[in-house]
Amino acid sequence: MPTNTLNGRTFEVDTEGFLTRREDWSEDLATDLAALIDLELSEDHLATLRFMREDSATTGVTPTLRRMQTVGGFDIKTLFALYPGKPAKKMAWLSGLPKPVGCV
Amino acid sequence: MSTTTTRTTPPEGFIMPDFGDRGRTPAPQGNGATAAATATQGTGAAAYSGPRKMAFICSKGNLDMAYPALIMGNAALGEGVEVHIFFTFWGLDIINTKTYDNLKFTLSGNTAMHMPDLGRLRPGLEHVSMPQAMGNLPGMTGFATRMMKKQMEEMEIPSIPDFLDLLQASGAHMYACRLTYDMMKMIEADLHPGVEGVISAGDFIDIAEGAQVVFV
Repeated sequence: MPTNTLNGRTFEVDTEGFLTRREDWSEDLATDLAALIDLELSEDHLATLRFMREDSATTGVTPTLRRMQTVGGFDIKTLFALYPGKPAKKMAWLSGLPKPVGCV
Repeated sequence: MSTTTTRTTPPEGFIMPDFGDRGRTPAPQGNGATAAATATQGTGAAAYSGPRKMAFICSKGNLDMAYPALIMGNAALGEGVEVHIFFTFWGLDIINTKTYDNLKFTLSGNTAMHMPDLGRLRPGLEHVSMPQAMGNLPGMTGFATRMMKKQMEEMEIPSIPDFLDLLQASGAHMYACRLTYDMMKMIEADLHPGVEGVISAGDFIDIAEGAQVVFV
């Protein structure tokens, strides 16, 4: 498995760059990763990332946008505004989870 | 929202997913390349150089024919692709609030109709198609519809009304076909609020410029 080094932290990633070890993640790392995609993490961003981590800890899979809405109570429009373009993929990457596989 | 201009560049050798943002981020003022790209837009499909677009045409009103475009459209939106959905003929039932929660699935004419659960009665039975005549028995369509809805729910696939809400919130552009809308004597009050308008086929062709078109 390849590794990435960012601001002194080294962590293992898959071939696309998603973290492979849950425990490597921290909110500080998320903040540094976010800067690479032109995002400054607000409390709203962090709330989504925390939910992603909590939910995946129990289900074992990265939540889909639909699940973020039905289980997490997040508004889909807000998620698209917080993470322009590819919200599910960006949130998965920033929260140190595998790329989402669910269709809906 | 909180997009700042303090983008940092990844260190050398840093592996990260492609979020497709490079084409999206507006280039600084006075960038000649961007100006040229904008100028060539609107001069025919060959010259289309905007972001990726997908256009879906929904022409069927069966429950099992409603889902494919909605699922693919939703997936495309999640990948940052611009999505347009044109509902025509029986596909109008998908956006008609009087019918959209009542779409049906029928065995009739579906030769791929076999049930996974039957394998428990006798191994191999799950791959055997049901006799076509069974589809014509009274109540069979209602039974098959309930069964499919249950299976969809188990897969956490939303119902059609919920799905349209989801697509609307995700930014999908949805349209009703003018000709069939008039033919079916539909009224605007019955359209799902996510439908942006009743448009002609020509309008849709204009909108679909540069899009990959999927007909369902």
